[in-house]
Amino acid sequence: MLRKVLALAAVVGAIAAPAFAATSSLEPKVQSWSFNGPFGMYDQGQLQRGFKVYEQVCSACHSMNYVAFHDLGEPGGPWWNPKYPNSNDNPWVKAIAAGWPRQVSTINSDTGDETHRPPTTADVLVPPFPNDAAARASNGGALPPDMSLLVSARDGGPNYVYSIVTGFAAPPAGLDVPPGKYYNPYFPGDVTANWHGTGPTPPGGFISMPPPLTDCKVTFDDGTPCKLDQEAKDVAAFLQWASDPKMDQRKQLGLAVMIYLFLFSGLLYASYRRIWRHVAH
Amino acid sequence: MAESVVGAHADEAPDQDRRDFIHIAAMAAAVGGVAAVAWPLIDQMNPSADTLALSSIEYDVDKVPLGQQVVLLYRKQPLFVRHRTPQEIAEAVAGDHADLRDPATDASRVKPGKAEWLVLIGVCTHLGCTPGFDGGNLAPGHYGGWLCPCHGSVYDTSGRIRRGPAPLNLAVPDYVFETDTKIKVG
Amino acid sequence: MSGHSTYEPKTAVERWIDTRLPIIRFGVDLMDFPTPKNLNYWWTFGGILAFCLVTQIVTGVILAMHFDPSGTGAFSSLQGIMRNVDYGWLIRYIHTTGASMFFVAVYIHIFRGIYYGSYKAPRELLWLIGAAIYLVMMATAFFGYVLPWGNMSFWGAKVITSIVGAVPVIGPSITTWLVGGFTVDAPTLNRFFSLHYLFPFIIAALVGLHIWALHVPGNSNPLGVDVKSKSDTVPFHPYYTVKDGFAIALFMILFAVFVFYMPNALLDTDNNIPANPLQTPAHIVPEWYLLPYYAILRAIPDKLSGVIALAGAIACIFALPFLDTSRVRSMRYRPQAKLYFFIFVVDCLVLGFCGAHEPNEQVIPGLTTFNLLDSDLNTYVWLSRIAAAYYFVYFLVITPILGLRETPLPVPESISSPVLSHPAAPPAGATASPEKKG
Repeated sequence: MLRKVLALAAVVGAIAAPAFAATSSLEPKVQSWSFNGPFGMYDQGQLQRGFKVYEQVCSACHSMNYVAFHDLGEPGGPWWNPKYPNSNDNPWVKAIAAGWPRQVSTINSDTGDETHRPPTTADVLVPPFPNDAAARASNGGALPPDMSLLVSARDGGPNYVYSIVTGFAAPPAGLDVPPGKYYNPYFPGDVTANWHGTGPTPPGGFISMPPPLTDCKVTFDDGTPCKLDQEAKDVAAFLQWASDPKMDQRKQLGLAVMIYLFLFSGLLYASYRRIWRHVAH
Repeated sequence: MAESVVGAHADEAPDQDRRDFIHIAAMAAAVGGVAAVAWPLIDQMNPSADTLALSSIEYDVDKVPLGQQVVLLYRKQPLFVRHRTPQEIAEAVAGDHADLRDPATDASRVKPGKAEWLVLIGVCTHLGCTPGFDGGNLAPGHYGGWLCPCHGSVYDTSGRIRRGPAPLNLAVPDYVFETDTKIKVG
Repeated sequence: MSGHSTYEPKTAVERWIDTRLPIIRFGVDLMDFPTPKNLNYWWTFGGILAFCLVTQIVTGVILAMHFDPSGTGAFSSLQGIMRNVDYGWLIRYIHTTGASMFFVAVYIHIFRGIYYGSYKAPRELLWLIGAAIYLVMMATAFFGYVLPWGNMSFWGAKVITSIVGAVPVIGPSITTWLVGGFTVDAPTLNRFFSLHYLFPFIIAALVGLHIWALHVPGNSNPLGVDVKSKSDTVPFHPYYTVKDGFAIALFMILFAVFVFYMPNALLDTDNNIPANPLQTPAHIVPEWYLLPYYAILRAIPDKLSGVIALAGAIACIFALPFLDTSRVRSMRYRPQAKLYFFIFVVDCLVLGFCGAHEPNEQVIPGLTTFNLLDSDLNTYVWLSRIAAAYYFVYFLVITPILGLRETPLPVPESISSPVLSHPAAPPAGATASPEKKG
């Protein structure tokens, strides 16, 4: 039996080994997260702080087209409250939707003209730009990626987001940074063409996003000190939640399923031994 | 089987094993597991969170002329907003004391002080067709309200079932007057 | 079905049904099917695969209720499943993990068949049907991989449809028919969805044939000797229903670890970016279960030859019953074959490993050896060439020749004899006549 399990593990392990590519950027800085490990859950306070960072800073350029206001109050979300099982009734969620800085474009049903209305809890977090072309036009030709799945779409996940936001560095002497670009050693890219210094090419690439966060760019309502490091960690945690909003439920259900499966396997094994006890094999 | 039997339990037939507690426990665990798996598979057919979130509409009832009705789309079904004439209201109130299949007073079907506005879900309670307005028809067997084209259910000016196969009155949705003339349904 | 039926209708209703549609008899005979009593745990993977197929069909039918197979709607409908549908995340993760689990089980099932010679007479058709199932499974998995319409889906579809285009004369036309446009586009997604829904039912039909073909000669077994008497077998139920059930429960533990604790481990991060026809992901790799073939394809620096090698690798699996010349079924009694078999297993893993790496990446980092033909010897392209060579040599040279030249160990006469006379491992010279007691 053990042999089989080991063999299975070997097959899965050997084959699932990720294809490490020879990127020239630095490996993301690994942080400890509340959601690490099989029992790790989201820290609701951190999600609320992270949302504030997104709302006040990131959302100026980055859309979040798959996250709706009502998601913020679903189980596991930043404003989940058992008193409001229907998150559309959650007063915090309603207040966030009502206070959102952008309106939803709609059609006036009397005149057929295009008009705007305040967002409701059913709407997605209203994006800063109506379309990709407008987003590029306002950002020097670069498209700020949608943030709903940013963490799942990047190797390194929340560590990557944290590293990018905190990793902006002064370019080493001999590196020409193109206009409108910023040097970041954690951003995948290749700076060889702009390198005139001595020694090996520096790691990283040029990113179109200026350093988005500084100390106390966002102040926190719960009294957490507004350090850059804290802001970066909180927004990375919030984006992790946005990518994987059902993680808390998944791990909770997973625990129950694992307990059941172990008990069930034990019972079946006992049953198997009993049925086979007269058979020499 | 006999030739391969070893050990002291040769008198027990394998058949009896199945009645052993351990097999019953294993079977029960299996049945319980299948039942537990069935729940998510069924629950996924419920309306999803984004569908549920999109379930209220607002409307300015002032736009409906006296004696007319507007049909809106509410939760993918017709919603009647009727601006009733004083005569229709009087007929409805008079009907309070008739022999009703689904008893309800007219006052319980409108908002206080807003008796001229009747808001109904336009779905016949028989088999789901949309009743047409009966044009104030007060001939015998008609009550001036709605007539369902499918199987002839007749509703009065309060939307109550008066004749035909439908069991219940036309439903009044949850709604509130947000301003004097603006209603929010759902 | 072989053997005679043991079913006797007890009531008038049962008799009435039995003379019109003997479906109860069919079920009873299936459950009573005499099965060798010495099957080990490697044999439980048949049952595990049936479990996988049912799981994939049930979750797949449910996902199709919420999925929008259109170029504009696919990606966001998937996000709807993950975020808004009740338990949608669970059902989708079971389906994505289930695809990998299905292949884990099918590979073990295939290697078990090779090791124990389960493809040899009279089970050649059983093997061929199984190989066909495997082929349709790969097609189904590929179509399914395209459906999320992420960037890896899109470019995977592009690469695979281009492979078909390498076939001379008809290839380009087939590619055009597959994609339905200038290139992979919304019509491709829509037809792949249709085929992804159809193919599992073809698999189910083939599985029906596979089980039918199994029930004519009956199961092979670890000793590779034929069933000689009733004492060699036990009824399938309850003996193997409980054993398979236990194995399935263990398999579900592995399954659940992935579904609940690492659901994205077997998925690609690039697939969380919507399909973008202007940007190829930095590292295009197929799902892990296709990596060995991918390595064989890339080992040859010529489009057509690479595709021929790829097709040949699959053809070898089909041809195996006709390449093997050994009369001894189980490798338990073929020490040399056993050695080459284990090298073959490692070889397949190495090929998979090569498929996950860039061809010109160094196997041992920092070591430059010498250039052979087109690249350095210490690169994955050379490792995959060596591994691919062994893959073909194993099927086309070792298997036919070894069967003629080797000296197998003595094979027991029946299933019961080694068990009863020598309870431990089957020793050399286990030729004692079967003991009959009682």
